[in-house]
Amino acid sequence: MTGTLSLYLAYPFVRYAFVVGILVALCSSLLGVTLVLKRFSFIGDGLSHVAFGGIAIASVLNLTHQTLLVLPFTILAAVLLLRTGQNAKIRGDAAIAMISVGALAFGYLLMNRFSTASNLAGDVCSTLFGSTSILTLTSRDVTLTLVLSAVVIALFVLFYNRIFAVTFDETFARAVGTRVEAYNLLIAVVIAIIIVLAMNLVGSLLISALVVFPALSAMRLFRSFLRVTVCSAVLSVTGAVIGLIVSIYAETPVGATIVAADVLIFGVCSAVAALRRA
Amino acid sequence: MALIAARDLALGYESHTIIEHLNFTVHSGDYLCIVGENGSGKTTLMKTLLGLREPYGGTIEFGEGLRRDEIGYLPQATEFQKDFPASVREIVLSGCQSRLKGRPFYGKAEKKLAEENMARMEITGLADRCYRDLSGGQMQRVLLARALCATRKVLLLDEPVAGLDPNATNTMYERIAELNKSGITIIMISHDVRAAVRYATHVLHIGTAVFFGTRDAYLRSGAGRLFLREDAWHFETPVRQDAWGFEMPLRPEGGTEE
Repeated sequence: MTGTLSLYLAYPFVRYAFVVGILVALCSSLLGVTLVLKRFSFIGDGLSHVAFGGIAIASVLNLTHQTLLVLPFTILAAVLLLRTGQNAKIRGDAAIAMISVGALAFGYLLMNRFSTASNLAGDVCSTLFGSTSILTLTSRDVTLTLVLSAVVIALFVLFYNRIFAVTFDETFARAVGTRVEAYNLLIAVVIAIIIVLAMNLVGSLLISALVVFPALSAMRLFRSFLRVTVCSAVLSVTGAVIGLIVSIYAETPVGATIVAADVLIFGVCSAVAALRRA
Repeated sequence: MALIAARDLALGYESHTIIEHLNFTVHSGDYLCIVGENGSGKTTLMKTLLGLREPYGGTIEFGEGLRRDEIGYLPQATEFQKDFPASVREIVLSGCQSRLKGRPFYGKAEKKLAEENMARMEITGLADRCYRDLSGGQMQRVLLARALCATRKVLLLDEPVAGLDPNATNTMYERIAELNKSGITIIMISHDVRAAVRYATHVLHIGTAVFFGTRDAYLRSGAGRLFLREDAWHFETPVRQDAWGFEMPLRPEGGTEE
Protein backbone atom coordinates (compact mmCIF):
# COMPACT_ATOMS: atom_id res chain seq x y z
CA MET A 1 0.00 0.00 0.00
CA THR A 2 2.67 2.52 1.04
CA GLY A 3 4.68 1.09 -1.82
CA THR A 4 2.14 2.28 -4.36
CA LEU A 5 2.01 5.66 -2.71
CA SER A 6 5.77 6.16 -2.72
CA LEU A 7 5.79 5.00 -6.34
CA TYR A 8 3.25 7.66 -7.14
CA LEU A 9 5.10 10.26 -5.12
CA ALA A 10 8.14 9.65 -7.30
CA TYR A 11 6.27 11.45 -10.07
CA PRO A 12 6.69 15.23 -9.84
CA PHE A 13 3.09 15.89 -10.88
CA VAL A 14 1.79 13.86 -7.94
CA ARG A 15 4.10 15.72 -5.57
CA TYR A 16 2.91 19.00 -7.04
CA ALA A 17 -0.68 17.88 -6.52
CA PHE A 18 0.02 17.20 -2.85
CA VAL A 19 1.81 20.52 -2.27
CA VAL A 20 -0.89 22.51 -4.04
CA GLY A 21 -3.68 20.50 -2.42
CA ILE A 22 -2.41 21.04 1.11
CA LEU A 23 -1.71 24.75 0.59
CA VAL A 24 -5.06 25.43 -1.03
CA ALA A 25 -6.89 23.50 1.69
CA LEU A 26 -5.04 25.45 4.37
CA CYS A 27 -5.75 28.85 2.82
CA SER A 28 -9.39 28.17 2.04
CA SER A 29 -10.10 27.04 5.59
CA LEU A 30 -8.66 30.18 7.21
CA LEU A 31 -11.33 32.59 6.10
CA GLY A 32 -14.05 29.96 6.14
CA VAL A 33 -14.95 30.77 9.73
CA THR A 34 -15.28 34.46 8.93
CA LEU A 35 -17.36 33.80 5.83
CA VAL A 36 -19.72 31.43 7.60
CA LEU A 37 -20.15 33.77 10.56
CA LYS A 38 -20.63 36.86 8.45
CA ARG A 39 -23.29 34.96 6.51
CA PHE A 40 -21.07 35.32 3.45
CA SER A 41 -20.94 31.60 2.61
CA PHE A 42 -22.29 32.13 -0.83
CA ILE A 43 -19.80 34.82 -1.77
CA GLY A 44 -17.30 32.02 -2.29
CA ASP A 45 -19.74 30.26 -4.52
CA GLY A 46 -20.58 33.41 -6.46
CA LEU A 47 -16.94 34.34 -6.93
CA SER A 48 -16.03 30.90 -8.20
CA HIS A 49 -18.60 31.25 -10.96
CA VAL A 50 -17.15 34.63 -11.80
CA ALA A 51 -13.72 33.00 -11.94
CA PHE A 52 -15.20 30.44 -14.36
CA GLY A 53 -16.31 33.34 -16.54
CA GLY A 54 -12.78 34.73 -16.31
CA ILE A 55 -11.24 31.42 -17.35
CA ALA A 56 -13.65 31.23 -20.27
CA ILE A 57 -12.49 34.64 -21.49
CA ALA A 58 -8.85 33.69 -20.93
CA SER A 59 -9.18 30.46 -22.88
CA VAL A 60 -11.01 32.17 -25.72
CA LEU A 61 -8.20 34.73 -25.90
CA ASN A 62 -5.77 31.80 -25.85
CA LEU A 63 -3.84 33.27 -22.93
CA THR A 64 -1.06 31.12 -21.54
CA HIS A 65 -1.07 32.79 -18.11
CA GLN A 66 -4.76 32.45 -17.36
CA THR A 67 -4.35 33.35 -13.69
CA LEU A 68 -3.05 36.80 -14.57
CA LEU A 69 -6.44 37.63 -16.06
CA VAL A 70 -8.64 35.57 -13.75
CA LEU A 71 -7.17 36.94 -10.52
CA PRO A 72 -7.86 40.66 -11.05
CA PHE A 73 -11.22 39.79 -12.61
CA THR A 74 -12.25 37.83 -9.50
CA ILE A 75 -10.88 40.45 -7.08
CA LEU A 76 -12.94 43.10 -8.89
CA ALA A 77 -16.05 40.94 -8.58
CA ALA A 78 -15.36 40.38 -4.87
CA VAL A 79 -15.14 44.12 -4.26
CA LEU A 80 -18.34 44.70 -6.22
CA LEU A 81 -20.18 41.95 -4.36
CA LEU A 82 -19.14 43.33 -1.00
CA ARG A 83 -20.29 46.80 -2.00
CA THR A 84 -23.70 45.58 -3.14
CA GLY A 85 -23.95 43.52 0.03
CA GLN A 86 -23.94 46.77 1.99
CA ASN A 87 -26.43 48.39 -0.35
CA ALA A 88 -30.00 47.92 0.80
CA LYS A 89 -31.51 48.08 -2.69
CA ILE A 90 -30.26 44.73 -3.90
CA ARG A 91 -29.84 42.28 -1.05
CA GLY A 92 -26.45 40.63 -0.84
CA ASP A 93 -27.61 37.11 -1.64
CA ALA A 94 -29.66 38.26 -4.62
CA ALA A 95 -26.69 40.21 -5.99
CA ILE A 96 -24.48 37.15 -5.64
CA ALA A 97 -27.01 34.95 -7.42
CA MET A 98 -27.25 37.46 -10.26
CA ILE A 99 -23.53 37.93 -10.76
CA SER A 100 -22.61 34.28 -10.36
CA VAL A 101 -25.21 32.75 -12.66
CA GLY A 102 -24.66 35.54 -15.16
CA ALA A 103 -20.92 34.89 -15.24
CA LEU A 104 -21.49 31.15 -15.56
CA ALA A 105 -23.84 31.61 -18.52
CA PHE A 106 -21.62 34.08 -20.37
CA GLY A 107 -18.55 31.99 -19.64
CA TYR A 108 -20.08 28.86 -21.17
CA LEU A 109 -21.49 30.85 -24.07
CA LEU A 110 -18.05 32.24 -24.87
CA MET A 111 -16.33 28.89 -24.57
CA ASN A 112 -18.96 27.20 -26.70
CA ARG A 113 -18.89 29.76 -29.53
CA PHE A 114 -15.27 30.83 -29.68
CA SER A 115 -13.12 28.18 -28.10
CA THR A 116 -10.49 26.65 -30.36
CA ALA A 117 -10.01 23.60 -28.13
CA SER A 118 -10.92 20.22 -29.56
CA ASN A 119 -12.35 18.76 -26.36
CA LEU A 120 -14.78 21.48 -25.31
CA ALA A 121 -16.92 19.34 -22.98
CA GLY A 122 -13.80 18.10 -21.22
CA ASP A 123 -12.50 21.66 -20.80
CA VAL A 124 -15.76 22.87 -19.32
CA CYS A 125 -16.04 19.84 -17.07
CA SER A 126 -12.53 20.21 -15.68
CA THR A 127 -13.04 23.93 -15.09
CA LEU A 128 -16.21 23.20 -13.18
CA PHE A 129 -15.12 20.13 -11.25
CA GLY A 130 -11.34 20.33 -11.45
CA SER A 131 -11.36 16.70 -12.52
CA THR A 132 -7.90 16.38 -13.99
CA SER A 133 -6.28 19.76 -13.74
CA ILE A 134 -4.52 19.14 -10.45
CA LEU A 135 -2.48 16.35 -12.01
CA THR A 136 -1.40 18.54 -14.89
CA LEU A 137 0.14 21.27 -12.75
CA THR A 138 3.40 22.70 -13.99
CA SER A 139 6.17 23.86 -11.71
CA ARG A 140 5.14 27.43 -12.51
CA ASP A 141 1.62 26.72 -11.20
CA VAL A 142 3.17 25.38 -8.04
CA THR A 143 5.34 28.48 -7.63
CA LEU A 144 2.30 30.70 -8.12
CA THR A 145 0.36 28.71 -5.53
CA LEU A 146 3.27 28.97 -3.10
CA VAL A 147 3.47 32.73 -3.51
CA LEU A 148 -0.28 33.33 -3.27
CA SER A 149 -0.67 31.03 -0.25
CA ALA A 150 2.17 32.81 1.49
CA VAL A 151 0.39 36.12 0.84
CA VAL A 152 -2.94 34.76 2.14
CA ILE A 153 -1.44 33.21 5.26
CA ALA A 154 0.65 36.30 6.04
CA LEU A 155 -2.34 38.63 5.63
CA PHE A 156 -4.51 36.40 7.78
CA VAL A 157 -1.97 36.13 10.60
CA LEU A 158 -1.08 39.85 10.56
CA PHE A 159 -4.71 40.95 10.57
CA TYR A 160 -6.08 38.09 12.67
CA ASN A 161 -7.16 40.34 15.56
CA ARG A 162 -8.80 42.85 13.23
CA ILE A 163 -10.55 40.13 11.26
CA PHE A 164 -11.91 38.75 14.52
CA ALA A 165 -13.06 42.20 15.64
CA VAL A 166 -14.77 42.96 12.34
CA THR A 167 -16.38 39.53 12.16
CA PHE A 168 -17.69 39.54 15.71
CA ASP A 169 -19.05 43.06 15.91
CA GLU A 170 -18.79 45.48 13.00
CA THR A 171 -20.66 48.27 14.78
CA PHE A 172 -18.43 48.18 17.84
CA ALA A 173 -15.31 48.01 15.67
CA ARG A 174 -16.46 51.05 13.73
CA ALA A 175 -17.33 52.90 16.95
CA VAL A 176 -13.81 52.49 18.34
CA GLY A 177 -12.29 53.74 15.12
CA THR A 178 -11.34 50.52 13.32
CA ARG A 179 -11.50 50.99 9.56
CA VAL A 180 -14.15 48.35 8.99
CA GLU A 181 -14.57 49.05 5.26
CA ALA A 182 -10.86 48.58 4.67
CA TYR A 183 -10.85 45.23 6.47
CA ASN A 184 -13.98 44.04 4.69
CA LEU A 185 -12.22 44.92 1.46
CA LEU A 186 -9.15 42.99 2.59
CA ILE A 187 -11.32 39.97 3.41
CA ALA A 188 -12.94 40.18 -0.03
CA VAL A 189 -9.58 40.38 -1.81
CA VAL A 190 -8.19 37.44 0.16
CA ILE A 191 -11.31 35.40 -0.64
CA ALA A 192 -10.83 36.18 -4.32
CA ILE A 193 -7.21 34.99 -4.18
CA ILE A 194 -8.28 31.80 -2.40
CA ILE A 195 -10.99 31.12 -4.97
CA VAL A 196 -8.56 31.48 -7.85
CA LEU A 197 -6.09 29.22 -6.06
CA ALA A 198 -8.72 26.61 -5.32
CA MET A 199 -9.94 26.53 -8.93
CA ASN A 200 -6.91 24.38 -9.69
CA LEU A 201 -7.75 21.90 -7.01
CA VAL A 202 -11.47 21.32 -6.96
CA GLY A 203 -12.87 23.35 -9.84
CA SER A 204 -15.25 26.24 -9.58
CA LEU A 205 -18.41 24.39 -8.56
CA LEU A 206 -16.88 22.73 -5.52
CA ILE A 207 -14.89 25.62 -4.04
CA SER A 208 -17.49 26.71 -1.49
CA ALA A 209 -17.35 23.22 -0.03
CA LEU A 210 -13.64 23.69 0.63
CA VAL A 211 -14.33 27.03 2.32
CA VAL A 212 -17.43 26.14 4.28
CA PHE A 213 -17.15 22.51 5.39
CA PRO A 214 -13.95 22.67 7.52
CA ALA A 215 -15.24 25.80 9.28
CA LEU A 216 -18.60 24.24 10.04
CA SER A 217 -16.96 21.01 11.22
CA ALA A 218 -14.61 22.91 13.54
CA MET A 219 -17.51 24.97 14.91
CA ARG A 220 -19.13 21.72 16.05
CA LEU A 221 -16.10 20.87 18.17
CA PHE A 222 -14.59 24.08 19.52
CA ARG A 223 -15.86 27.22 21.17
CA SER A 224 -13.18 29.82 20.79
CA PHE A 225 -12.35 31.66 17.59
CA LEU A 226 -8.67 30.73 17.66
CA ARG A 227 -9.35 27.04 18.26
CA VAL A 228 -12.05 26.93 15.61
CA THR A 229 -9.67 28.55 13.12
CA VAL A 230 -6.79 26.19 13.88
CA CYS A 231 -9.03 23.13 13.93
CA SER A 232 -10.63 24.18 10.66
CA ALA A 233 -7.18 24.41 9.05
CA VAL A 234 -6.19 20.97 10.37
CA LEU A 235 -9.45 19.37 9.22
CA SER A 236 -9.18 20.98 5.82
CA VAL A 237 -5.63 19.72 5.24
CA THR A 238 -6.64 16.27 6.51
CA GLY A 239 -9.57 16.21 4.08
CA ALA A 240 -7.32 17.24 1.21
CA VAL A 241 -4.70 14.58 1.98
CA ILE A 242 -7.33 11.85 2.40
CA GLY A 243 -9.02 12.98 -0.79
CA LEU A 244 -5.78 13.00 -2.77
CA ILE A 245 -4.70 9.54 -1.56
CA VAL A 246 -8.12 8.00 -2.15
CA SER A 247 -8.31 9.52 -5.60
CA ILE A 248 -4.96 7.93 -6.47
CA TYR A 249 -6.00 4.45 -5.30
CA ALA A 250 -9.61 4.54 -6.44
CA GLU A 251 -8.89 6.57 -9.55
CA THR A 252 -11.65 9.02 -8.71
CA PRO A 253 -11.73 12.73 -9.67
CA VAL A 254 -9.51 14.64 -7.22
CA GLY A 255 -11.76 17.61 -6.45
CA ALA A 256 -14.91 15.62 -5.85
CA THR A 257 -13.02 13.12 -3.67
CA ILE A 258 -11.59 15.88 -1.47
CA VAL A 259 -15.02 17.43 -1.04
CA ALA A 260 -16.48 14.01 -0.24
CA ALA A 261 -13.79 13.61 2.44
CA ASP A 262 -14.74 17.05 3.84
CA VAL A 263 -18.40 16.03 3.96
CA LEU A 264 -17.43 12.83 5.77
CA ILE A 265 -15.34 14.77 8.30
CA PHE A 266 -18.28 17.09 8.87
CA GLY A 267 -20.47 14.05 9.58
CA VAL A 268 -17.94 12.69 12.07
CA CYS A 269 -17.61 16.07 13.83
CA SER A 270 -21.39 16.43 14.06
CA ALA A 271 -21.63 12.94 15.53
CA VAL A 272 -18.91 13.72 18.09
CA ALA A 273 -20.69 16.94 19.05
CA ALA A 274 -24.00 15.10 19.40
CA LEU A 275 -22.40 12.38 21.55
CA ARG A 276 -20.76 15.01 23.74
CA ARG A 277 -24.08 16.72 24.32
CA ALA A 278 -25.81 13.45 25.19
CA MET B 1 -15.60 72.76 29.32
CA ALA B 2 -18.04 69.95 28.69
CA LEU B 3 -16.99 66.44 27.75
CA ILE B 4 -19.54 66.34 24.94
CA ALA B 5 -21.53 69.32 23.69
CA ALA B 6 -24.22 69.01 21.03
CA ARG B 7 -25.30 72.30 19.47
CA ASP B 8 -28.37 72.77 17.30
CA LEU B 9 -28.16 69.17 16.19
CA ALA B 10 -30.44 67.90 13.41
CA LEU B 11 -30.74 64.15 12.96
CA GLY B 12 -32.54 61.84 10.61
CA TYR B 13 -32.22 59.00 8.19
CA GLU B 14 -33.01 58.51 4.51
CA SER B 15 -33.18 62.30 4.07
CA HIS B 16 -35.97 62.47 6.61
CA THR B 17 -35.29 64.71 9.58
CA ILE B 18 -36.59 63.41 12.90
CA ILE B 19 -35.00 65.76 15.40
CA GLU B 20 -34.03 69.40 15.01
CA HIS B 21 -32.48 72.07 17.23
CA LEU B 22 -31.24 69.57 19.77
CA ASN B 23 -28.90 70.99 22.42
CA PHE B 24 -27.35 69.12 25.29
CA THR B 25 -24.08 68.82 27.17
CA VAL B 26 -22.47 65.97 29.02
CA HIS B 27 -19.97 66.74 31.78
CA SER B 28 -17.42 64.42 33.24
CA GLY B 29 -19.05 62.14 35.82
CA ASP B 30 -22.61 62.65 34.51
CA TYR B 31 -25.09 59.83 34.09
CA LEU B 32 -27.22 60.88 31.15
CA CYS B 33 -30.22 58.82 30.20
CA ILE B 34 -31.70 59.30 26.75
CA VAL B 35 -35.36 58.34 26.67
CA GLY B 36 -38.11 58.68 24.12
CA GLU B 37 -40.75 56.81 22.23
CA ASN B 38 -39.79 54.20 19.65
CA GLY B 39 -38.77 55.83 16.41
CA SER B 40 -37.94 59.11 18.13
CA GLY B 41 -34.32 58.81 17.02
CA LYS B 42 -32.56 57.49 20.12
CA THR B 43 -30.45 55.00 18.18
CA THR B 44 -29.76 57.55 15.44
CA LEU B 45 -28.52 59.98 18.07
CA MET B 46 -26.27 57.33 19.55
CA LYS B 47 -24.80 56.44 16.16
CA THR B 48 -24.15 60.12 15.53
CA LEU B 49 -22.36 60.47 18.86
CA LEU B 50 -20.18 57.51 17.91
CA GLY B 51 -19.42 59.01 14.53
CA LEU B 52 -21.13 56.17 12.66
CA ARG B 53 -23.21 58.72 10.79
CA GLU B 54 -23.10 62.42 10.13
CA PRO B 55 -25.62 64.84 11.65
CA TYR B 56 -27.86 66.65 9.13
CA GLY B 57 -27.02 69.89 10.88
CA GLY B 58 -25.36 71.30 13.95
CA THR B 59 -22.21 70.12 15.68
CA ILE B 60 -20.99 67.73 18.33
CA GLU B 61 -17.88 68.88 20.13
CA PHE B 62 -15.66 66.80 22.34
CA GLY B 63 -13.79 68.43 25.18
CA GLU B 64 -11.38 67.51 27.97
CA GLY B 65 -9.16 65.73 25.48
CA LEU B 66 -11.80 63.11 24.65
CA ARG B 67 -11.49 61.57 21.23
CA ARG B 68 -14.51 60.08 19.52
CA ASP B 69 -12.94 56.63 19.37
CA GLU B 70 -12.32 56.72 23.11
CA ILE B 71 -16.00 56.20 23.83
CA GLY B 72 -16.77 52.71 25.08
CA TYR B 73 -19.83 51.38 23.32
CA LEU B 74 -22.23 48.66 24.40
CA PRO B 75 -24.36 47.89 21.36
CA GLN B 76 -27.64 46.05 21.42
CA ALA B 77 -27.01 42.33 21.17
CA THR B 78 -27.52 41.01 17.66
CA GLU B 79 -28.93 37.61 16.90
CA PHE B 80 -25.97 36.23 14.98
CA GLN B 81 -23.54 36.85 17.82
CA LYS B 82 -25.52 34.39 19.83
CA ASP B 83 -24.03 31.47 17.88
CA PHE B 84 -20.55 32.92 17.47
CA PRO B 85 -17.76 30.57 18.59
CA ALA B 86 -15.63 32.96 20.59
CA SER B 87 -14.38 32.75 24.14
CA VAL B 88 -15.15 35.48 26.66
CA ARG B 89 -11.46 36.41 26.82
CA GLU B 90 -11.23 36.85 23.04
CA ILE B 91 -14.25 39.15 23.01
CA VAL B 92 -13.12 41.30 25.94
CA LEU B 93 -9.66 41.58 24.41
CA SER B 94 -11.19 42.84 21.16
CA GLY B 95 -12.20 45.94 23.13
CA CYS B 96 -8.52 46.88 22.96
CA GLN B 97 -8.49 46.96 19.16
CA SER B 98 -8.04 50.73 18.94
CA ARG B 99 -4.93 50.41 21.13
CA LEU B 100 -3.25 48.19 18.54
CA LYS B 101 -2.41 51.19 16.35
CA GLY B 102 -0.07 49.69 13.78
CA ARG B 103 0.77 46.49 15.68
CA PRO B 104 -0.70 43.16 14.56
CA PHE B 105 -1.00 41.51 18.00
CA TYR B 106 -2.13 42.41 21.50
CA GLY B 107 0.68 42.95 23.97
CA LYS B 108 0.99 42.47 27.72
CA ALA B 109 -0.65 45.83 28.48
CA GLU B 110 -3.81 44.95 26.52
CA LYS B 111 -4.04 41.47 28.03
CA LYS B 112 -3.69 42.95 31.51
CA LEU B 113 -6.38 45.52 30.77
CA ALA B 114 -8.71 42.77 29.57
CA GLU B 115 -8.07 40.71 32.72
CA GLU B 116 -8.71 43.75 34.92
CA ASN B 117 -12.00 44.53 33.25
CA MET B 118 -13.10 40.90 33.40
CA ALA B 119 -12.38 40.99 37.13
CA ARG B 120 -14.30 44.26 37.40
CA MET B 121 -17.34 42.68 35.77
CA GLU B 122 -16.83 39.46 37.76
CA ILE B 123 -16.51 37.27 34.69
CA THR B 124 -12.93 36.07 35.24
CA GLY B 125 -14.31 32.60 35.94
CA LEU B 126 -16.02 32.62 32.55
CA ALA B 127 -12.92 33.69 30.59
CA ASP B 128 -12.57 30.43 28.67
CA ARG B 129 -16.28 29.80 28.27
CA CYS B 130 -17.92 30.24 24.90
CA TYR B 131 -19.94 33.42 24.49
CA ARG B 132 -22.92 31.59 23.00
CA ASP B 133 -23.27 29.37 26.09
CA LEU B 134 -23.75 32.32 28.45
CA SER B 135 -26.96 33.71 29.88
CA GLY B 136 -28.26 37.08 28.70
CA GLY B 137 -26.95 38.84 31.80
CA GLN B 138 -23.52 37.26 31.46
CA MET B 139 -23.36 38.25 27.77
CA GLN B 140 -24.05 41.86 28.68
CA ARG B 141 -21.30 41.76 31.31
CA VAL B 142 -18.87 40.47 28.69
CA LEU B 143 -19.79 43.29 26.31
CA LEU B 144 -19.55 45.79 29.17
CA ALA B 145 -16.04 44.54 29.99
CA ARG B 146 -15.16 44.91 26.31
CA ALA B 147 -16.51 48.47 26.27
CA LEU B 148 -14.43 49.25 29.38
CA CYS B 149 -11.31 48.13 27.51
CA ALA B 150 -12.05 50.78 24.91
CA THR B 151 -12.51 53.68 27.31
CA ARG B 152 -11.37 55.26 30.53
CA LYS B 153 -13.92 58.04 30.44
CA VAL B 154 -17.23 57.52 28.71
CA LEU B 155 -19.56 54.55 28.21
CA LEU B 156 -22.40 54.66 25.71
CA LEU B 157 -24.98 51.99 26.43
CA ASP B 158 -27.72 51.11 23.96
CA GLU B 159 -30.64 49.44 25.75
CA PRO B 160 -28.34 47.54 28.11
CA VAL B 161 -31.15 45.60 29.76
CA ALA B 162 -33.11 44.59 26.65
CA GLY B 163 -34.03 40.94 26.94
CA LEU B 164 -32.84 40.51 30.54
CA ASP B 165 -35.03 39.09 33.29
CA PRO B 166 -35.96 41.44 36.19
CA ASN B 167 -33.17 40.11 38.42
CA ALA B 168 -30.44 40.48 35.80
CA THR B 169 -31.89 43.88 34.91
CA ASN B 170 -31.46 45.18 38.45
CA THR B 171 -27.94 43.77 38.74
CA MET B 172 -27.02 45.39 35.44
CA TYR B 173 -28.34 48.78 36.57
CA GLU B 174 -26.42 48.48 39.84
CA ARG B 175 -23.21 47.68 37.94
CA ILE B 176 -23.67 50.68 35.68
CA ALA B 177 -24.31 52.89 38.71
CA GLU B 178 -21.12 51.59 40.33
CA LEU B 179 -19.12 52.35 37.19
CA ASN B 180 -20.56 55.86 37.24
CA LYS B 181 -19.54 56.27 40.90
CA SER B 182 -16.01 55.18 39.98
CA GLY B 183 -15.81 58.20 37.70
CA ILE B 184 -16.94 56.91 34.32
CA THR B 185 -19.39 59.11 32.48
CA ILE B 186 -22.46 57.15 31.41
CA ILE B 187 -24.73 57.84 28.47
CA MET B 188 -27.53 55.30 28.32
CA ILE B 189 -30.34 54.86 25.86
CA SER B 190 -33.33 53.32 27.49
CA HIS B 191 -37.03 52.88 27.04
CA ASP B 192 -37.14 52.23 30.76
CA VAL B 193 -37.93 55.70 32.10
CA ARG B 194 -38.42 54.53 35.67
CA ALA B 195 -34.86 53.20 35.87
CA ALA B 196 -33.64 56.33 34.12
CA VAL B 197 -35.01 58.63 36.79
CA ARG B 198 -33.81 56.34 39.54
CA TYR B 199 -30.14 56.27 38.49
CA ALA B 200 -29.48 59.14 36.08
CA THR B 201 -28.25 62.59 36.97
CA HIS B 202 -29.52 64.05 33.69
CA VAL B 203 -32.28 63.13 31.28
CA LEU B 204 -32.56 63.83 27.58
CA HIS B 205 -36.08 63.14 26.38
CA ILE B 206 -36.58 63.20 22.62
CA GLY B 207 -39.69 62.68 20.58
CA THR B 208 -42.89 64.65 20.50
CA ALA B 209 -41.70 66.59 23.53
CA VAL B 210 -38.03 67.47 23.87
CA PHE B 211 -36.46 67.94 27.27
CA PHE B 212 -32.90 68.19 28.51
CA GLY B 213 -31.95 68.86 32.09
CA THR B 214 -31.29 67.34 35.45
CA ARG B 215 -33.29 64.42 36.72
CA ASP B 216 -35.17 66.54 39.24
CA ALA B 217 -36.14 69.10 36.63
CA TYR B 218 -37.33 66.23 34.41
CA LEU B 219 -39.55 64.85 37.14
CA ARG B 220 -41.22 68.26 37.43
CA SER B 221 -41.49 68.80 33.66
CA GLY B 222 -44.53 68.10 31.53
CA ALA B 223 -42.71 65.54 29.37
CA GLY B 224 -41.48 63.62 32.40
CA ARG B 225 -44.80 63.59 34.17
CA LEU B 226 -46.64 62.45 31.08
CA PHE B 227 -44.09 59.78 30.24
CA LEU B 228 -43.90 58.46 33.77
CA ARG B 229 -47.62 57.99 34.09
CA GLU B 230 -48.40 54.31 34.12
CA ASP B 231 -50.88 54.55 31.24
CA ALA B 232 -48.47 56.49 29.05
CA TRP B 233 -47.29 53.13 27.76
CA HIS B 234 -50.63 52.67 26.05
CA PHE B 235 -50.17 55.83 24.02
CA GLU B 236 -46.85 54.83 22.56
CA THR B 237 -46.25 55.50 18.89
CA PRO B 238 -46.28 52.42 16.68
CA VAL B 239 -42.95 50.59 16.44
CA ARG B 240 -40.72 52.12 13.82
CA GLN B 241 -37.34 50.93 12.66
CA ASP B 242 -34.38 52.95 11.56
CA ALA B 243 -32.26 52.05 8.55
CA TRP B 244 -30.64 49.24 10.51
CA GLY B 245 -33.95 47.97 11.84
CA PHE B 246 -32.66 48.58 15.32
CA GLU B 247 -35.63 49.79 17.33
CA MET B 248 -36.88 47.34 19.91
CA PRO B 249 -40.53 47.00 20.88
CA LEU B 250 -41.41 48.69 24.13
CA ARG B 251 -41.59 46.57 27.22
CA PRO B 252 -44.03 47.81 29.81
CA GLU B 253 -42.18 45.96 32.58
CA GLY B 254 -38.96 47.62 33.57
CA GLY B 255 -38.27 49.39 36.81
CA THR B 256 -39.29 47.93 40.10
CA GLU B 257 -39.80 51.27 41.78
CA GLU B 258 -42.90 51.73 43.95
